[in-house]
Formats: sequence, structure tokens, C-alpha cells
Amino acid sequence: MFFKEYLILAIILFFLGIIGILLNRKNIIIMLMSIEIILLSITFLFIIYSVYLDDLIGQVFSLYILTVAAAESAIALAILVAYYRLRGSIAVRYLNVMKG
Amino acid sequence: MYFSIILLPLLGSFIAGLFGRFIGSKGAQFITTSFIGLAFIFSSIAFYEVALSNSPCYLTLFTWIDSGMLEISWSFMFDTLSVVMLVVVTSISFLVHLYSIEYMETDPHIPRFMSYLSIFTFFMLILVTADNFVQLFVGWEGVGLASYLLINFWFTRLQANKSAMKALIVNRIGDFSLSLGMFTIFYVFKSLDFATVFALSSNFFNSTIYFLTFEVDALTIISILLFIGAVGKSAQIGLHTWLPDAMEGPTPVSALIHAATMVTAGVFLIIRCSPLFEYAPFSLILITFVGSITAFFAASVGLVQNDLKRVIAYSTCSQLGYMVFACGLSNYSVGMFHLFNHAFFKALLFLSAGAVIHAMNDEQDMRKMGGLISVIPITYAMILIGSLSLMGFPFLTGFYSKDVILEVAYAKFTIEGTFAHWLGSISAFFTSFYSFRLIYLTFLNNPQSNLTTFKKAHEPVFFMLIPLFVLGFGSIFIGYLTRDMFIGLGTNFWGNSIFISQINLNLIDSEFIPYYIKLIPVGLSLVGASLAIILYNFFANIILNFKLSSVGLALYSFLSKKWYFDKIYNEFIVQKAFDFGYNISFKIIDRGLIEVIGPFGITNTILNFTKRFSQLQSGFVYHYAFVIFISLTFLIFFYGFWSVIISFVNVKLLFLFILTLLVISFK
Repeated sequence: MFFKEYLILAIILFFLGIIGILLNRKNIIIMLMSIEIILLSITFLFIIYSVYLDDLIGQVFSLYILTVAAAESAIALAILVAYYRLRGSIAVRYLNVMKG
Repeated sequence: MYFSIILLPLLGSFIAGLFGRFIGSKGAQFITTSFIGLAFIFSSIAFYEVALSNSPCYLTLFTWIDSGMLEISWSFMFDTLSVVMLVVVTSISFLVHLYSIEYMETDPHIPRFMSYLSIFTFFMLILVTADNFVQLFVGWEGVGLASYLLINFWFTRLQANKSAMKALIVNRIGDFSLSLGMFTIFYVFKSLDFATVFALSSNFFNSTIYFLTFEVDALTIISILLFIGAVGKSAQIGLHTWLPDAMEGPTPVSALIHAATMVTAGVFLIIRCSPLFEYAPFSLILITFVGSITAFFAASVGLVQNDLKRVIAYSTCSQLGYMVFACGLSNYSVGMFHLFNHAFFKALLFLSAGAVIHAMNDEQDMRKMGGLISVIPITYAMILIGSLSLMGFPFLTGFYSKDVILEVAYAKFTIEGTFAHWLGSISAFFTSFYSFRLIYLTFLNNPQSNLTTFKKAHEPVFFMLIPLFVLGFGSIFIGYLTRDMFIGLGTNFWGNSIFISQINLNLIDSEFIPYYIKLIPVGLSLVGASLAIILYNFFANIILNFKLSSVGLALYSFLSKKWYFDKIYNEFIVQKAFDFGYNISFKIIDRGLIEVIGPFGITNTILNFTKRFSQLQSGFVYHYAFVIFISLTFLIFFYGFWSVIISFVNVKLLFLFILTLLVISFK
């Protein structure tokens, strides 16, 4: 078992996702993908621990997360399409209408 | 019954003041006047029981202030001094109420006027029946308030507004000093009850206290502070400026408040506190000097006044000086006797002057009168009686008290006694001079008013005449009737209400002074009166020429400008106070410091802070994500390592540190 390696992989994936959100200034789709990566890394962690602890609940929960992630990306894509129709662009740097 | 003496005027005032709209002018006049009349009847009974039958009494209602050692109750004391004042106040007040019915009949605000008069009477009764200093102070302030309201009764007149404010503000100096005196009394005696303080006063003879870091004699500083209070209320020199200006009020008010009752409150205070003053020889000397200078000053200013009421006002001021220096010479009973007599003849003078003003269609300038003797002879007779009584014409009321005052002053054989005697004698000369100048200019001179006014002039009808007759009777006979009771040799009339130490007792000595000394005041009075008539009748040119000569002009201006007291006060005190009030306390402190630190400062800081804070919300998702990430990292760090961190840092300091970082980061 490469438990430690799997764990590091999941964490790297997680931070990759976060850095993707923080540093990305161009494209909103990349942001969505980053969120997906974060969710997947968490799912992956659940599964790893599920196997490690021999507890099925983790795997069941990962299925839930997948479902939620699918729903979330569907909603996000819908918003994105609506946004594109409205503004004619999907760049994140123009996404600052709601500022103080 | 005793309590109803005090409550009836209050009740009358409330009814007239609050329900005047429903009971109307007539109702208000009837209710207030009859209530005061009842109070007068009860006071007379009280006078019989307390003063004549020698049975003082106390009425204690309930505790008012109970705080540590300070225990003050609403309590009324009826001793001889109180009931004499009760009789004076209620009788004059009743007559003035009666007089006002006719005098104010065309005024649209009669219920208010009657209500003010009654509330004044109520406060005056509180003052004279108080049995502790705090309650006396309530009455003291109350009469000041009533005086303000009544001077300002015709509130649309600017001059009345100014005079009323002047009266209140000048009195405030005296009131402040009186309250300081009360504090000092409490500090020394640990009590404010008259009975306690006066019984203990001999124990504190020659004891010292620290006052403003100076070590001073306790009783001297107390009595001087009380005396400054009396100076304010009784219009002694220095704080007298409000009294002549107070003549802007209606004439019945001048008669009641500014001649007979309220202005004598200061003298009453001195007499009431005689056990304190007797053990403070220095303040007695001070009182004598102040009183005699006031008597002289006011009489000399009265010589050249042209306003009918102002002449009488300065005369009041001068007579108050007599009362005060009589008290300073330790002859409190004589001072009280003069107060009692003065109330009658001065009220008579004011009320008759009111009748003249009424007859002359509200003209007060004596130079525009003249010849009224043929038109209003009864008023003339009354003013003549009042003036003769005032100048101490033999066997009239004023004679008995004024001459005794001058005699005891001479019989003191001290510097201050002789000083007071001579100033008092010269003032007696001045008094008779200005009294007869007033009579000559108003009644005997050729008519100077316009024809319509002169033709319309008429005697008062009924309600104004009754008080005049009663007071005229009083001005003739009261002194003769009550002399032995008040100041007769060995009279036990005063009981314990007046204390005179044996060293200062000199009423007997005054019987053995040379005969010609006793004749001086009467002689000077008669000479003054004749001189006034002769000069104004036959030698008017001489007076005119004297006024126009350089010396005469300087003297005349000096006197008619009231010794420049008002000018000096206005230029060196009032103007400075205004400047300070506007430039420093208003512009720098109120609108400057406090607003910058207070309202404006706080709102500006908060606005700036919120502006900077709201800039955090940039609208960029990755900024929010960054903040969330950083915060989460810190949270997890602190959550995980709290047990390690806590042993190194102080939580409160950490909180402050984070806050400081936050604030600095916004700069």
C-alpha cells in the first residue's frame, strides 16, 4: 500500500486547486476546473481513508460528493453561459461588479 | 392654622396660575386676594400667640434630605422674628394684591400677575419661617425667581427683559456666596439646623478653618459669606445695581418686592444669624462700613434722579443701608424695627407713586409732572405722609427707628460707629432733600405735562385707595405703637430669636448721649426738606447755574451716573465676561474642542475607517478566496497549536497586537 504517497497526491491536488483559484485571473472556466480539482482531491482523501480504515461510509460519502460536484458544475456552467451572454466575456478580472 | 399661612398663598397661586383661564380675571383676583387676606388674619393670630404670648413653635413635616450626617427636614419655625416678618409680608402682600386689582385692571394677563404675586408671597413665607439654612435657601431662590418673573411681567419690553436678567444675575453672585456660607457652616458645625448651629456658635469662637488654603477664623468667614449673600439680596453697595433697574416692573411689584419684603430678606438673614455674627467682630465692622456707605451712596444718587420710581428705589437702597449698619452695630432689634416701619412707609410711597403714574397716563419722569396737588390731593397727602415718615419727622413711624439707629451708632464710640453715625446723618439730610424735591417737582411745581394728560388725571377709585389709607395710617402710628414692644428697654418680645452679646449691647448707652446729638438727624432732615422747597421754588436759577458750572457739572454727572458703578461694571466686568463667553467658551471650547473631539471627530473617524474597510471588498473572487485561505490557515494553525501558543503569549496583548496591526495596515 502506498498510503503516504496517495495522501501526498491528494494534498498536492488540493493545493493545486487552491492556487489555481488564487492565481487565475484570466478564465472563469479554469476556476471551475480548480474547484472540481479541490472536490476530487477531497473525494480522493475520503476514499483513501475509507480503504485505510476499512470503513465503507467514506466511499459512500465520496459518491455523494461526486453528485454534488456534478450538480455544482452544472449550475456553474449555466451561470457562466448566462454571464457570457450578458457581458460577452468570461474573463475573471471583469467579474468585479459587486465591490464596495 | 400655622401651616395654612404658608400654604394658602401657594394654593391661590396655583389656582390663579393654572386655572386662570376658567375662573377669569375677577376670579383670580378674588381668590388670590382673599387667600392672602386669610393668611394675614392667621399671621396676626400667630403674632399674638407667638410674639405677644411668648410661645414659639415648630412644625416639622418630613425628612427632605437624609445623607450621612446631613439631615434636613421640611420644618417651619415660628419664633418672634418669623412672625414679625409674617405679619409684614402678609399684610403688605394683601394690600398690594388689593391695589393691583385696580392698578392692573386693563392688563390682559391679570391671572398670571396675581399668580406671580402669590407665589412670591409663598416663597417669602418659606424664607422667613425656615428652620434650617437649606429651606431658607429654597425661599431665597424662590423670591429671586418671583422677582425675575414680576420684573419681566411686561415681557415684550426690552428694557424689562434686561432689568429682569440683571436682577437675577447680580443676585446670583450673592446666592453663590450664601451657598458657600452654607457649605462652610456644614463643614464647621456638621449641621444646617438653625437651632443646632446657633446653640453651638459660641464653641467655635476663635477657632480657625482652612478656606482657599488660608487659615481664617471660622465664624468670620462664615458670617462674611452670609453677609455677601445679604449684600446681593438687600442691594448693598457693590451689588446694588439691580435694584434701581428693577423699577421696570409694575409699580405694585416694586412696592411689594423691591421695597417692603424681598430686599429685606438680606437684613432678615443677618438678624436671623445674629448668634453667628455676634462672635465675629471683624465681620460686624465690615457690615457697619458697607451699610453706612450704602446709605450715603444711595441717598446721594437719589438727589439727582428724575424718574419718580428710581428716586424711591434709591431711597429704599439707602434705608436698607441703615438697617444693615444697625445690625452691624449689634442692634438687631433696632434694625428689625426699622425694617418693620420701612415696609409700611416705603410701600405707601411706592403705591402712591403708582397712583401718580396711573393718573399721569404712565408718565414716570418727574420733570414732566407738576401741579398735581390740585388734581390728586389724596395721593399728595399720602406721599407727604410717606416722605415725612421716611425722613424721620418727629413722632411719625420712621422717626422712632431711624433716630434710634443714629443714636446707637453714636453711642458705640468706635471708629465704625462714628463713621456710620455721620454718614447716616448726612444721608438723613439727603433723604429729606430728595423726598421734598420729589414732592415739589411732582405736586407743587407749575404743571409741565401736556394738557390732555393733566385734564384726564384723576384720583384712584376704591381698591387703590384702601391700601393707601391703611398704609398711611401705619406710616403715622405704627412706630409710636410698637416702639416699646420692639426696642423698649428690657423688652422680652424677641425671646431667643435675637442674640446680642453683652459686650456689644449699647441700647442703654444711647439714652445718655448729649441732647444736641439726638437733635442732629431731625434738624438735618428739617433743613434738607426746607432747603429743597426753597431752592426749587425761589432759586431754581441757582440750581441751574450750579449744574452748568464745571464743578457742578462734574458732581451732577457723577451722581446722576450713579457713581459710575454701572459704567465700570459694564466695561470691566460684563464686557470681559461677554468676550470670554463668546471667544473662549463658545468659539474655542464649545464649537472648537468639544465638536472636534466629540460629534465631528467620531463621525469622521468612523467614516474614514469604513471607507478604507469597504475597499477590501474588491469584487474579485480570487481576493476573497485569498482572504478565506489565509484566514483558514491561521485558524487551523491557532486551533491546532493553541496549547503551544498559549504558553508563550498573553491573550489580551495578542488581541491588542492584532487590532493594532489591523489599524496600522489601513493607514
